[in-house]
Amino acid sequence: MKKSGLFMLLVVLLSLGLIATGCSTTTSSKENVIQIATQSPLSGDLAAMGDSIKMGAQLAINDEKETFKKLGFDIELFPQDDQGDAKQGVANTELLVSNPNVLAVVGHLNSGVMAPSGPKYEQGGLPVVSPANTAVDLTEQGWKTYHRICARDDVQGPAGAEYASKSLNVKTVFIAHDKTKYGQGLAEAFKKAAEKLGMQVVSFEGIDQKEKEFNPLATSIAAKKPDAVYFGAMYNQSGLLIKKLGEKKYNGFILSGDGSDHKDLLQIAGKNNLKKTFITSVAGDATRTEKGKAFAKKYKDTFKLEPSTFSSYGYDACLVVLNALEKSIKDNGGKKPTREQLNKAISETKDFEGVFTKVTFDEKGDNKTSDVFIYSFAEGTYPAKYIKTISAANFK
Amino acid sequence: MDLGSLASMLPQVFIDGLTLGFLYAVVALGYTMVYGILELINFAHGEIFMVGAFIGTEVLLLMQAMGIMSGLNPYLALFLALGVAMIFTGALGVSIERVAYRPLRFSPRLVVLISAIGVSFLLQDLVRFTEGMTRNAFYVTGPNLLDGSLHVMDGLILEEKSLVIILIALIMMVGLHLFVNKTKWGIAMRAVAQDQQTASLMAINVNKVIALTFFIGSSLGGAAGVLYAQYYGTIDPYIGFLLGLKAFTAAVLGGIGNMKGAMIGGIALGLLESLGAAYMGPLTNGNFGAEYKDVFAFSILIIVLLFRPEGIFGEAVNEKV
Amino acid sequence: MERIRHYFTYSLTQWLFIILYTGSVTLWLWVSDRAILPFLLLLFSLLLLRFLTSIPLKLRLLIGALILVLIIPMVAGENRYYMEVATQVGIYVAMALGLNIVVGFAGLLDLGYVAFFAVGAYSYAIFASPQAGQFISAAIAEFPLSGVWFWPFLVIGLLIAALFGILLGLPVLKVRGDYLAIVTLGFGEIIRIVFNNLDKPVNITNGPQGLTPIQPPVLFGLPLNTPFHFYFIVLFMIGVVLLVNKRLEHSRLGRAWIAIREDELAARAMGIPLIKTKLLAFATGASFAGIAGVIFAAKQSFVDPSSFTLMESIGILVMVMLGGSGSISGVILGATLVTLLQVQVLKEFSNWLNSLRMAGIIDLPNQLDPSKFQRFVFGILLIVFALYRPKGLIPARRKKIDIDSLQQSQLEEVKRRDRKEEVSG
Repeated sequence: MKKSGLFMLLVVLLSLGLIATGCSTTTSSKENVIQIATQSPLSGDLAAMGDSIKMGAQLAINDEKETFKKLGFDIELFPQDDQGDAKQGVANTELLVSNPNVLAVVGHLNSGVMAPSGPKYEQGGLPVVSPANTAVDLTEQGWKTYHRICARDDVQGPAGAEYASKSLNVKTVFIAHDKTKYGQGLAEAFKKAAEKLGMQVVSFEGIDQKEKEFNPLATSIAAKKPDAVYFGAMYNQSGLLIKKLGEKKYNGFILSGDGSDHKDLLQIAGKNNLKKTFITSVAGDATRTEKGKAFAKKYKDTFKLEPSTFSSYGYDACLVVLNALEKSIKDNGGKKPTREQLNKAISETKDFEGVFTKVTFDEKGDNKTSDVFIYSFAEGTYPAKYIKTISAANFK
Repeated sequence: MDLGSLASMLPQVFIDGLTLGFLYAVVALGYTMVYGILELINFAHGEIFMVGAFIGTEVLLLMQAMGIMSGLNPYLALFLALGVAMIFTGALGVSIERVAYRPLRFSPRLVVLISAIGVSFLLQDLVRFTEGMTRNAFYVTGPNLLDGSLHVMDGLILEEKSLVIILIALIMMVGLHLFVNKTKWGIAMRAVAQDQQTASLMAINVNKVIALTFFIGSSLGGAAGVLYAQYYGTIDPYIGFLLGLKAFTAAVLGGIGNMKGAMIGGIALGLLESLGAAYMGPLTNGNFGAEYKDVFAFSILIIVLLFRPEGIFGEAVNEKV
Repeated sequence: MERIRHYFTYSLTQWLFIILYTGSVTLWLWVSDRAILPFLLLLFSLLLLRFLTSIPLKLRLLIGALILVLIIPMVAGENRYYMEVATQVGIYVAMALGLNIVVGFAGLLDLGYVAFFAVGAYSYAIFASPQAGQFISAAIAEFPLSGVWFWPFLVIGLLIAALFGILLGLPVLKVRGDYLAIVTLGFGEIIRIVFNNLDKPVNITNGPQGLTPIQPPVLFGLPLNTPFHFYFIVLFMIGVVLLVNKRLEHSRLGRAWIAIREDELAARAMGIPLIKTKLLAFATGASFAGIAGVIFAAKQSFVDPSSFTLMESIGILVMVMLGGSGSISGVILGATLVTLLQVQVLKEFSNWLNSLRMAGIIDLPNQLDPSKFQRFVFGILLIVFALYRPKGLIPARRKKIDIDSLQQSQLEEVKRRDRKEEVSG
């Protein structure tokens, strides 16, 4: 029995190992191959968003493949699943850092995964362009390899507050958040700005990220009858809250951040409940531009899916990388650039016109031109109707 | 916030808590039935609930796609979805028992727990996978069947679906009670719960009874899933885990293995949670708000178990030497 | 076949085998840059050592230590990823060994074990990041504390976690079996939620924003912040934990735990103090997780509550059960396998498939991406193992006591006493 058990173990281990041998072919250094990695959750309950980032980046690479072929390089996507988990994220980071073919990373959806991975990228000199981290402290750590194309919480929150106060004439506001790094950061930034603008914050409440039961929260909002509700959370939760608010006949405005910018919000909240819902987003309105329409069509053709905000972030972040890569190859006399050279080229990105965003990095790695756009869901369509642009320069 | 407006919230919070409590109670019944017979925490029960929610929603979506929804009475549609989901989840429960639990009936309990966790992971991922393949979506929203509501007074809105959920849950509970106490199969079930060996000597087919228990418990879980999907509108493959946990807590609170305990425990937990989530924040000046809801629920559990280690309605088990 | 097996019992054959095996695998790993198979096979040699029973135990331990301390760092040390994987494996091994005391030895089902890991991690994180300055005035001490404090904090983290173990143990002692499982589960969730929310009224944990940057350990003025360094720190910790575990296993306390597991009533009748023994089990188990937590916090340089979910507790429990509850080598194997599977093997597999897809050899739709199936594979493995190896990969063996010789010795004892009495009388 013992012997057969050992034997079985041997077989299991060996077969697992054999299965995994394939990787040895992928990680050995190849001169003309350049891999761009993505890091986002591809499994677990954030998979939908993580997938969008990956597919956005994939599309960007497909688009630019030919350009790099002409320069003599094969560019490949190297997608990694960080599972939205800090430990897995760090392990992936070490994998990428120790793989010489990987020159840049598009990634991390969660700020909480980026935070522990940041120092490891820094040690490996591997440049990162984040499509979606909004937590303020990430660019305050002095990391030279870290960049992001989206607006920080302390730009997006105040932009929402300004719109609520000046355009919607909101006097009292109920603020809630999902107790995550993203949601709470955004809600706190909104609160600070709201108080400065003279709004009365009637309540500031957290609710667990996994919570599905929004009746108590909706009831207390309906009882307090504030002019507006601000909810810092992802679309799945804000959708549920908006639905419950509708059922409780709450009649004020509802505001949220870019986490709610998702087509599923329409179904989850119900179109009728969205009549007075506004969101801030850092992605420009692509439905009006030719480029944006072309992107949406291509995306649909390739993946048989509607693009979401995160796919557009992923696409633009990857374009920023590829643009810098092309430049650094040329600067390097047509040879494969080092990570350092690529990082320098990325950091120097200036006035880059993506499909959805304009990108100029400042010395911290923040996007200087990350304007905030206000959208309305009143018509029950997705993408939501564009209302106005609030310049990031107002809040610097 | 003044006390007046806090008090005006009370009826609404109470009704919502009651609805949630009835959902918990129905799921808790499934846990408690299986535990009563096998002394096994069926960790996969939360996932069966989730599968039920998905099947019910898929049936409704299918009917909508085929265009027979519009002419159909919404109640009829709901019962159809309930029926299909219950049969399917019942069968699912029986097959899980057959494959993952029965071979382990005489193994240490921890091993069965591991197997149950395995089943749980498997179901989560299977559903995520099928939904991903067929709908390319993660969150699935079904058609809203019951959207009537009655504005009783300022601060109290009675929703049709709340009432329907409470009603259906009550019917199922009463039905189960009658089944267990009045029918031959129910008596066999109680006999097996008391002593498997003696029961088998009394010409009771223990395996069949256990399978039946799993069928009933799981179909109740599946039905709760359909009701949940109606109540909250949107479901995802991971709803089962937390809700299952809460329902299990409810079952333990009431005294696991005891059906009356599961019902009361579920309702109590739902009410306490809702009250806690609505009132903790204002009463502590915002320092301990709705985010402490689960702490509240689990603390109550621990306190109850401190004073009544066998749960509220559980019978104290005397140790046998 | 019989003959081969027979030859294999010779110690010379076993020596030859292990040297040849380790040597060739090491060479392979050296030559094939970063291949995963030889890396796994090298780790596998440690398992082989356990079964080569003809080599004296001390020598086997020596070879094992040699492989861990010299060969692996020398051959794979340059690869940060492997060192990171090995470090994570080590952290989980320590935790699984701790849980093994509670579940495997004392038979107390604990579903909230990760709470102690969290307590350990936060105890270092709060004081080694600027966070402590939020609630302790700068007049008392300046924060963050420097990385030298990492070493005393290994002990402090241990003590705090042990204290929490006792805190959990106290109310829980009255409940048994499945009630115990749900209460510990509740406790684990309470700790996580409290850490997530303790940013007000007094900001202690910084809530969901997490704590960063956490100072890396400093040794002789050198900051230790690469996976290579942490590999050795973890190795040192495992050595200590293993030593404690081995010493406890057959000690008076260890036997008392096993007695409680087998039959609480009988154990009490034999005069085992239930409360003290159970509390000691909780405290010892918790303290291992506490140390692991301190190292984890230093390694990650960032701590937030999302690392301490219920899934983690379940994962550690699975490691213990998979390897063999109550068996030290089994638990180590279980923790290693599960962690390798999660962070390395499935990932490499999915990367490999991806490379095939990039090369246009296969066409997989996005939903079929293997990295999405980690939980699925995990689930199937759990069921299969529960069904076919319910006692774990290396089942626990009870130390056999030869009743006859025991009786004999007792008999002689009695005789001797009788003789003594005769003489004195």
